[in-house]
Amino acid sequence: MGSSTANKKKPYIKALLFGVVSVAIYAVLLTRQEDINANFARGGAYALLPIATAFLFSIVHGNFTGLFWSVMGIEASKKKGGH
Amino acid sequence: MHDIVKEAANFINLDTMTILYLFGVGFVGGLVSGFIGSGGAFVLTPAMMSLGVPALVAVASNMCHKFPKALIGAMKRAKYGQVDVKLGIVLGISAEAGVLFGAQIQENIKKAYGDAGSNLYVSVAFVVILAVVGGFVMMDALKTYRAGTQHEEEKTSKLALWVQSIQIPGTMVYFKSMNAKISVLFTIPLGFATGILAATIAVGGFIGVPSMIYVMGVPSMMASATELVIAFVMGLGGSFKYAMHGLVDIRLAMIILCGSLFGIQLGAMGTTYVKPFVIKLVMGVIMMIVLVSRGLMIPVYLSQLSLITPLADPTMKALKNVSFAIMGIALVTGAGIVLHAMWKGRREERLSLASAKEGLIHG
Repeated sequence: MGSSTANKKKPYIKALLFGVVSVAIYAVLLTRQEDINANFARGGAYALLPIATAFLFSIVHGNFTGLFWSVMGIEASKKKGGH
Repeated sequence: MHDIVKEAANFINLDTMTILYLFGVGFVGGLVSGFIGSGGAFVLTPAMMSLGVPALVAVASNMCHKFPKALIGAMKRAKYGQVDVKLGIVLGISAEAGVLFGAQIQENIKKAYGDAGSNLYVSVAFVVILAVVGGFVMMDALKTYRAGTQHEEEKTSKLALWVQSIQIPGTMVYFKSMNAKISVLFTIPLGFATGILAATIAVGGFIGVPSMIYVMGVPSMMASATELVIAFVMGLGGSFKYAMHGLVDIRLAMIILCGSLFGIQLGAMGTTYVKPFVIKLVMGVIMMIVLVSRGLMIPVYLSQLSLITPLADPTMKALKNVSFAIMGIALVTGAGIVLHAMWKGRREERLSLASAKEGLIHG
């Protein structure tokens, strides 16, 4: 990482918040497996359940993973649009 | 639908090792997808099946992890100005139609020739497409590298210039990635072909990205990013279809997504550190290795169909294992090139920043 990155304030709090929510939804997914399997695989209109879940996880966990790499000091190239 | 209900009831038990395995494969697959726009499915689906997941559930769950992953990847790369949303949506919708058509072909082959026939068709399609398209992509990347022109802007291919020059009134649409108008009579069939391929070999990007680059004249950086929009559109439609039949194991999909979102963020950032030809290189290398993997399976299916002298069981088992291992190698090699290129790019940027600073101090 360049020194400019090091000087920039890292998004610790935001990363922590998204991290906590991400862990929480994964905890629900893994601890309630039986209920989830029973309802999510019913087919028909119940198809909305896995689709909505995928969107929820992608927003929460997607934000977390982006912030995670920022906190780790890994960012995109400073040159606009890369090379 | 009876089979489907039975399959859905067969959702596997998840232990810690299984979760870590899926997370790891998801991460590597995500890393490659973030970089070249696709990849991972060819390993993820067999990886799930190796855990005892029924084939249809593996395909459905892979698809349900693909669309949210592609969404995040596309959003990330849009920040770098690499995504042509309009082109992605046009190609994505036509690809969706191609998927339906491809699935129908698959079904007909399965009905006529059984599982081995269907597998043989998939493997032959894999080998032919990868040999032709992958070979072309690989040669182009190597030619650029050898000519030392990797620092220059990519040249639009003659075919793409011709396609862009064809004016068909009432069908012309402007796409920012090409900075040109192109007839939808070209984009729709290309999207459709991508969809057929996606339904057949599960990796539509292997034809989608090269066709955007060489047939439409989209720069490779934008083609690989726009492929993520296509993957999102197709993945969402496909997931919904499978979920309607209760085939998505959301736990598997979300665990793979857990790893792949870490990977896709990194792969997307990686593109900002490399020259466009690296995208082609990674794609070409992966396609060539997967070609070997699928090629090894052809004798197995020919034997099952009694088209050649039947192979002994241990030989078939060995070929299957070696084929799967080579696919894993393809993904890991691709990920290795991505990480290496990113590390090198970051080091160069650090050095140039440091020398610029030094110049300022001494100047």
